[in-house]
Amino acid sequence: MPAVSKGDGMRGLAVFISDIRNCKSKEAEIKRINKELANIRSKFKGDKALDGYSKKKYVCKLLFIFLLGHDIDFGHMEAVNLLSSNKYTEKQIGYLFISVLVNSNSDLIRLINNAIKNDLNSRNPTFMNLALHCIANVGSREMAEAFASEIPRILVAGDTMDSVKQSAALCLLRLNRTSPDLVPMGEWTARVVHLLNDQHLGVVTAATSLITTLAQKSPDDFKTSISLAVARLSRIVTSACIDLQDYTYYFVAAPWLSVKLLRLLQCYPPPEDAALRSRLTECLETILNKAQEPPKSKKVQHSNAKNAVLFEAISLIIHHDSEPTLLVRACNQLGQFLQHRETNLRYLALESMCTLASSEFSHEAVKTHIETVINALKTERDVSVRQRAVDLLYAMCDRSNAKQIVAEMLSYLETADYSIREEIVLKVAILAEKYAVDYTWYVDTILNLIRIAGDYVSEEVWYRVIQIVINRDDVQGYAAKTVFEALHAPACHENLVKVGGYILGEFGNLIAGDSRSSPLVQFNLLHSKFHLCSVPTRALLLSAYIKFINLFPEVKATIQDVLRSDSQLRNADVELQQRAVEYLRLSCIASTDILATVLEEMPPFPERESSILAKLKKKKGPGNLPDIDDSRRNVNGNTEHHEPTETTNKSPPSLMADLLPTNRPRPASSSPIMLSAGTMGSSHPFTDLLNLNSPPAAAPSLLVDVFSDLSAPASVEVSEDNFSRFVCKNNGVLYENQLLQIGLKSEYRQNLGRMYVFYGNKTSTQFLSFSSSVTNGDALKGQLIVHAKSVDPVIDGGAQVQQILNMECVSDFTDAPVLNIQFRYGGALQNIAVKLPVMLNKFFQPTEMTSQDFFQRWKQLGAPQQEVQKIFKSQHPMDTDVTKAKILGFGVALLDGVDPNPANFVGAGVIHTKDTQVGCLLRLEPNTQAEMYRLTLRTSRDSVSQRLCDLLSEQF
Amino acid sequence: MIKAILIFNNHGKPRLSKFYEHYTEDTEQQIIRETFHLVSKRDENVCNFLEGGMLIGGSDYKLIYRHYATLYFVFCVDSSESELGILDLIQVKVFVETLDKCFENVCELDLIFHVDKVHNILAEMVMGGMVLETNMNEIITQVDAQNKMEKSEAGIAGAPARAVSAVKNMNLPEMPRNINIGDISIKVPNLPSFK
Repeated sequence: MPAVSKGDGMRGLAVFISDIRNCKSKEAEIKRINKELANIRSKFKGDKALDGYSKKKYVCKLLFIFLLGHDIDFGHMEAVNLLSSNKYTEKQIGYLFISVLVNSNSDLIRLINNAIKNDLNSRNPTFMNLALHCIANVGSREMAEAFASEIPRILVAGDTMDSVKQSAALCLLRLNRTSPDLVPMGEWTARVVHLLNDQHLGVVTAATSLITTLAQKSPDDFKTSISLAVARLSRIVTSACIDLQDYTYYFVAAPWLSVKLLRLLQCYPPPEDAALRSRLTECLETILNKAQEPPKSKKVQHSNAKNAVLFEAISLIIHHDSEPTLLVRACNQLGQFLQHRETNLRYLALESMCTLASSEFSHEAVKTHIETVINALKTERDVSVRQRAVDLLYAMCDRSNAKQIVAEMLSYLETADYSIREEIVLKVAILAEKYAVDYTWYVDTILNLIRIAGDYVSEEVWYRVIQIVINRDDVQGYAAKTVFEALHAPACHENLVKVGGYILGEFGNLIAGDSRSSPLVQFNLLHSKFHLCSVPTRALLLSAYIKFINLFPEVKATIQDVLRSDSQLRNADVELQQRAVEYLRLSCIASTDILATVLEEMPPFPERESSILAKLKKKKGPGNLPDIDDSRRNVNGNTEHHEPTETTNKSPPSLMADLLPTNRPRPASSSPIMLSAGTMGSSHPFTDLLNLNSPPAAAPSLLVDVFSDLSAPASVEVSEDNFSRFVCKNNGVLYENQLLQIGLKSEYRQNLGRMYVFYGNKTSTQFLSFSSSVTNGDALKGQLIVHAKSVDPVIDGGAQVQQILNMECVSDFTDAPVLNIQFRYGGALQNIAVKLPVMLNKFFQPTEMTSQDFFQRWKQLGAPQQEVQKIFKSQHPMDTDVTKAKILGFGVALLDGVDPNPANFVGAGVIHTKDTQVGCLLRLEPNTQAEMYRLTLRTSRDSVSQRLCDLLSEQF
Repeated sequence: MIKAILIFNNHGKPRLSKFYEHYTEDTEQQIIRETFHLVSKRDENVCNFLEGGMLIGGSDYKLIYRHYATLYFVFCVDSSESELGILDLIQVKVFVETLDKCFENVCELDLIFHVDKVHNILAEMVMGGMVLETNMNEIITQVDAQNKMEKSEAGIAGAPARAVSAVKNMNLPEMPRNINIGDISIKVPNLPSFK
């Protein structure tokens, strides 16, 4: 019986749809839609109340318009009204509209929630289902808040219909995914587990999905589900298709449920109970056996269903990773699929094998299929399948087959799809490095990689090859020779020029003995590429040239000529021009010794995780899926997880950040203007001469001293390093960098304070346009007034100037003002911001009092908000005299003989602000054994207690 | 979970879109276009799985699709779903076979003119991104029950409305029977035999 006959339904809707379909152009379509929208709008706004049928019709039209990609900004109210209709059709269309179109429109959500609540309580299963569907489909937070506690009740209630239970389980699952914090765990959890025993397989399927998600979050609460799931699975697997009539699908018993159960079991390790474990193993064996039986049907559905279960069973076997026989069997069965005529199966087999390859039991078994996989790479028509083949080759690679696999991948790269080339490049680079026994092979491979797919070789890859060459002196000569030869190619990739420039600049001398690669030949070869390269590469080449001057004095004149040419000295690019000028000057004035020191060979790079690997991981995505896939991905996402080299799973260092100066925030002072000031030679960062400014492991200290001027922070990050040092003292050095020192002297009386700030110029050059000002944050305005006197705009080299700040404390405060300093040094603008150490306790006046007074006041300040207590670990050695000095420095009077325990410290003082005075009592109890302190503060104001406690507790 | 279910025709015209995660209308349309782009350029006999487009979440998501005559059925799922399972879900048990039963040889037109029905059927099998029911008989029973309910309601309460609309329709110059079905008049005979 046809459930829908085509004649009935809504005629107006049909007419509208056919109108749209007859539209000849996009414009006509839009015109027709706008006309209809206007019509509907006027109908909805009209005086005449619309009957349910018309509302339904118009809402349907809106749905259709929405599907065509037009915005619908009205009709929501009408849809909500339909929800409260008693007619199924109207209610249903209302829910449909809402689940397709509603976003978090809070006014409506309340109305919708109301309607849903009514339907959930209606005891009409159809209505309840509609309501549950709507909650699941929208899944918003407001809905979760309203229903998260209601749905578990429906789910486990004895009288709930099966279909409603099913919906309730999935609805709960959905809410758990969107707002896990709102779904309360409770006594219902145990009863949910028992749904696995339900008669109705639909309910069991839904419950399994729910339990799988919940079990991932709190495995312990759902441990009991393991035995139930195994029992259920075993009944399905061994069933004779009779008791599962409806759920038998093309001769496979309940494939969906089996898959879900196998997924659930993947949340747990293999069962500990031996009987249970053997029963599970039996199930898995049966599944593997069944897959080998001749098909009961030729239909593709039959094999799909059967294999869906098989693949899931294999996933579970891999997850358990404990039964070698099963693992090897799984591998063999997957091996058969590798040549199956169904593309889907080949794809899945390759994918599953990737995970198998990472198990120590089956790694060898997987390797036997290497020829088939390589063949797949060559012959497979489908790029998604080829991609899987690449993944599998990568996963099965080890020392024994690395050369073969890398060679195959390289040759595939020439014809690979553009979309996956970069990934293959990364994989080849990683494999070549990881399994390189012989580093000449590694260098060859990477150079080949650049030759074949230069555009896809990211910076990480060529940085890495340079790092390796520099760190391994056995390969340097070979590398120099190889790049030299490679550079002879008529058209070589820019990345090759970069590698070539760098390596010849460092190690060109190793091959200079041969007349065919004499210094001049090397230079001419590199320089012949110069004009075809981009600016960063040219910059690198210039650096290589200056290195040449050091390595080979005989080509000095030639190179100087090149540097001197107008195209270099007057290059429009600042970086190139600067390099040319500086290198030329350097080569002219520096003695051979200095030149040799400055241009010394790069020291080895510190060992670090391959940045290529980090990049591959990033490219593959973090796999931050909330569901079961998290655990799965750990198994199959990171195929390299058992390699010792990668066990250091610290945050991958970005090579960009530590290797490439062009992307490094350079100190502003290295701008060219500085050079004209004649400071060149003492101020250029030669440490990153060759674009690699990674901190040299053993850099000559000379260089550091000479160039350290330059690391003045160009950013205006507020420095508060020394802030806490000033809590208990008033004088000292507040800030210091290579250029500037800031010292402080301050005095306070009642609510007033005066601070003398001394700015010392540590260099021999004038600071120009010097200015400094104090800014108060929003919170601080009105609490503390700071008036800064003006300061001399010029500070001569080596001189010191003074600035006076006057302060007034209006009321208690927690923030601190910021001192902003600006000046020009060698043409570059410097910005420094320092947090000024003005704290509340500076406005203390110590108060002496007797023991009796103290305790009387202590009791008066007994309200809970007036006391703040902190227990903390001692940061410094616990010395009584130091502690006393700190408490006195804090500003309070130290009261002897008040506390019955002489080891404790007791203090009292009054904070003066313009508005009020705040009395303050404190007690510090050291516990020398535990090296802990307990600090208690009582004042008449809770904010003051808190602030003082925070300040003082940092001091011990 | 299932992130989205999309049906569009050979020209990329959406016929059904159901997202189980919130996107703006614009993004939804872009996702449909992107998905169409990815799926339509593939040959007929390649595999039915591919990595998702950038908009839908990249390689963490898979597109599982089937192509029937004029229509593409695409499910976008994360890795917690079984690929073959979803493929069957499209094929069978569920979606297409159920539509087929409900509409007697379903064709693109049916989807266009009965958006609400299609959504109902879909709701019976997928809910909030999770597979609800995989037993076709169960689904059909539910859908039948709903239709009966609909008929009975229409019988009593809908009579006046239908009378009104019948009168209105008499003035319509073009009756729906004359709808020009143009490019999509191709019927799919006996759907399950397609792979």
